[in-house]
Order: sequence, then C-alpha cells, then structure tokens
Amino acid sequence: MVDYGALFVLFLFGIALAGTIVAMATLFGKKLPNRYKKQVYEAGSEPLGDARIRINVKFYMVAISFVMFDLETVFLMPWAIVAKEFGGAGLAAAMFFVGVLVVGLIYEWRKGGLEWE
Amino acid sequence: MFSPIDFAILLLKIGVITLGFALPIGGLLTLYGDRKLSALIQNRVGPNRAKVFGIQSSLLSLPQFVADGIKMLFKEDAMPDNADRFWHFIAPALALLPAITLWAVIPFGDLYCTGTVQVKDYMDVCVGGEQKNYFSIANLDAGLLYVFAISSISVYGAALAGWSTNSKFALIGGLRSTAQMISYEVTMGLSLAGTMLIYGTLNLNEMAQQQGALLGGWLPAWGIVYQPVAFFLFFIAMMAETKRAPFDVPEGESEIVAGYFTEFSALKFGAIQLSEYVGTIFVGALVATIFFGGWQVPFLYGDGFHFGSGGVDIAVPYEGVVALRLVAFIAKTLFFVLLQFMLRWTLPRFRYDQIMNLGWKILLPISIANLVITAIIVLAF
Repeated sequence: MVDYGALFVLFLFGIALAGTIVAMATLFGKKLPNRYKKQVYEAGSEPLGDARIRINVKFYMVAISFVMFDLETVFLMPWAIVAKEFGGAGLAAAMFFVGVLVVGLIYEWRKGGLEWE
Repeated sequence: MFSPIDFAILLLKIGVITLGFALPIGGLLTLYGDRKLSALIQNRVGPNRAKVFGIQSSLLSLPQFVADGIKMLFKEDAMPDNADRFWHFIAPALALLPAITLWAVIPFGDLYCTGTVQVKDYMDVCVGGEQKNYFSIANLDAGLLYVFAISSISVYGAALAGWSTNSKFALIGGLRSTAQMISYEVTMGLSLAGTMLIYGTLNLNEMAQQQGALLGGWLPAWGIVYQPVAFFLFFIAMMAETKRAPFDVPEGESEIVAGYFTEFSALKFGAIQLSEYVGTIFVGALVATIFFGGWQVPFLYGDGFHFGSGGVDIAVPYEGVVALRLVAFIAKTLFFVLLQFMLRWTLPRFRYDQIMNLGWKILLPISIANLVITAIIVLAF
C-alpha cells in the first residue's frame, strides 16, 4: 500500500509541476497580439476554413485494431506471469487465444484493413 | 500511512529522480545530443554563440542551452484566435505529466539492506535487517503494467495538442502521432509478454535482481540473452513512441511544420519538447532495466566481485557496491540515449505508410511468433 501511496504523492507532484510550467508560459512573456500572429499557420496564405474537418476513416480503423489487439495483449499478460505454474493446459489455452488473435490479424490483413495508401 | 521520515525520504526521492535527474540532466543531455551531437554527425558546428561574461569559450555549448531555456521562459505565449483555450492550456501539461510519472517504477538501485548481505546462488540475501526502498519511487508489483498504462496516457497530450489549436497542420500531426503511437503500443506489449514469461514477474526491481545470475558460470543472464528478438522489437516500438526520427512524421518539418505543436510557443512548447526529451531518457532507462541488467554490474554482488571461484575475489564494501550499481545504471541509460541519437541522425525519415506497415505487418507478427516460441521453449525446459 505504501508504494501506491508513493504513486499518489508523485501524481500530485507531477500535476503541480506540469501545471506550474504551463502556467509560467502565460505569466511571463509580454503579449503583443496582432492579426497575423493570431492566425493559424498555413504555409503563409490566409487560412482556408476551419480545422474541425472530417477525418479519414483509416484512423478509425487503426483505433479499432488497436483496441482489439491491445486488449488481447493485456489478457495475455496475467497468463505470462504464471505460465510456469499453469504448465501444458495453460499453454494450450493461451495458444488457442493467440490463435484467435492471429486469425483476426489475417482476416483484417486480407480485408485490406491494414493498407495505408 | 507514511511515517514522517518515510514521507521525507519519498519527497527526496521524487525530487532527486524527477527534478534532479530526469528533467534537468536528462533535458540538458538530450538537448546536447539533439543539437551538438547531431552537428557532429552531420559535419556542422552546431550552436556556439552564447558566451559567459564575454569569454569566448564554448564550455561544451552549455551556456547556449541555458540561454535558450531562459529565452523560452520569456517568450510570448501566442494562441490562435479560434483555438480551444482550455485544451490549449491543458494539452502541454498532459504531455509532460506522463513523462514525469513514468519514472515512479524505475529502480536506480537494489533495495537497500540495513543488515548484512550474504550472497547465495548469485543473489543478494539480506540477513538481520530490513530492505529499504531508497532507489525507486515506488516498488510496484505491477511495475511494467504501470509503464504501459501511463505511456498510453501520453497519447492524449499529442492528440489534444493537435486538435485544440484549430490548425490543419497541427490536426494532421496530432492524428498521425496518435495512430503511430497506438500502432506501436501493441508491439510494445506483446514483445514484453515474452520477457514476462522468462522473469515471471512484472516488478522491475525483481527483474533486475534475476538478471544477476550467471549462465554457465560466466555469461550474465541479462534479458537480451533470453529475449534478443524482443529487445529489437521493443526498442523499435519505443523509438516510435517517442515520435523522433526516423519515426518523426507526426512532426515532420518539411511536411507539416512542427506537427501537433505548430501553434504552441513559450513554455507550452517547452513542456512538449521536454516531455519528448524525458521520454527519450526513459526509453533508455527501461531498456536498460529489462534487457541489460538494470543496476546490475556483471560479477558484482552484495559483498564484492565473484569471478566464479566460489567465493569473493575482490571484496567491495556494501556502500561501494550500491554506488557502483547506481553509476552502472546511469551509464547504461545514457548509452541507450546515445544509441537512439545515433539512429535518429543516421536514418532518413520513413514514409507514413511504411511506418504503419512496419508496425502492423512486420513487427506485430514477429512479436506474436516470438511470444509463442518463447512460451513453448520456457514450458518445455
């Protein structure tokens, strides 16, 4: 428990430190805003429209694949810790699980979910 | 929960590890690597203008970096008109927070033994005393899991920084960095599942302790001996996580200005940069801990050097052992920082589709294969 208490203290410290550093950005430094400084940078031309644009669906695909595979990884970790005690039965179960993962990966690959052009 | 003395020690540890090591030394050294070492590699001089009291001495260019830091402090904090003010403020802090809190579980040395230390089967055994945790902020049993959890949070910093400024360059940079980081996180986790099989623990200090064993009486049983493939996978994945060359498309200068922090200035920009530098050192520290023995010095145990004759060959007092281990850990960490810089300034930038292909079609299948083969070998023997 002491270790988790230490983590808590570290988080408070980290939040305070990060907050201070960012707050210092607004406290120090003279503000001399003008029209051009307040524009977003778009290679020197006037900004064309808003940046709240629709995002390519490929990023969504990556996010979904990430959730899938990362969850599987997290499920494998507890087994990996105690694999030596679990022996053959545990290995068989884990390999079945990895097999499902591999089938999923092959399926996604064949469907073109990993293509990026 | 804490006694006052424990709490004082904890604050001291936090102060020394973050404010004393990770931020200033790490930041300065990596800045040095980024500007002077890159100049050396690319046959340039690098920054050399700043003088101390008008004395023409470059002093390893350290005054330059200090001057840059002070300059950054007094720069104007420019914010685009239609930026989201709240998240523009939060995002740099959110980028810096994981970079600080990740250091919680890194063991800079073994648990300090207040009694006498005996060496049994290449392990230090503490007799007649307590083991005090002086060299890591928290000796968590879930250490590695904590590292995964916190490094996932650092995605938010980049994503929100890109989105909040309402700039298209920044948005593209933020999206690219998010997609890249989450893609390589899968490999990062899977490649370390193999090492978890070997060590049977997630506690980073226990991992380092186990790496003190000797294989065949002469080869230190470091993680890289057991898991060479995992080392390469993990190192590549972690380099991609830090978003620097050759994986620097999220902030590719020639394509999208500075990527997700295009519209950040003053210390907000500084906080994002600092988080990346600290991240670089953290990668070095983590790789050293998991694959290169952590604080272990080969053949050095609690009472001195053992060269396989069955007893102590060169006796070293325990305090000396602790100091040597601390130096060894920092040296290993800096070596991997240096290695990252060498790679960074030697390799050209990948194209974005190459990065995604490398992550999903090459590293992920190899890491699954590595896990399966490791599991079969570990359970067969």
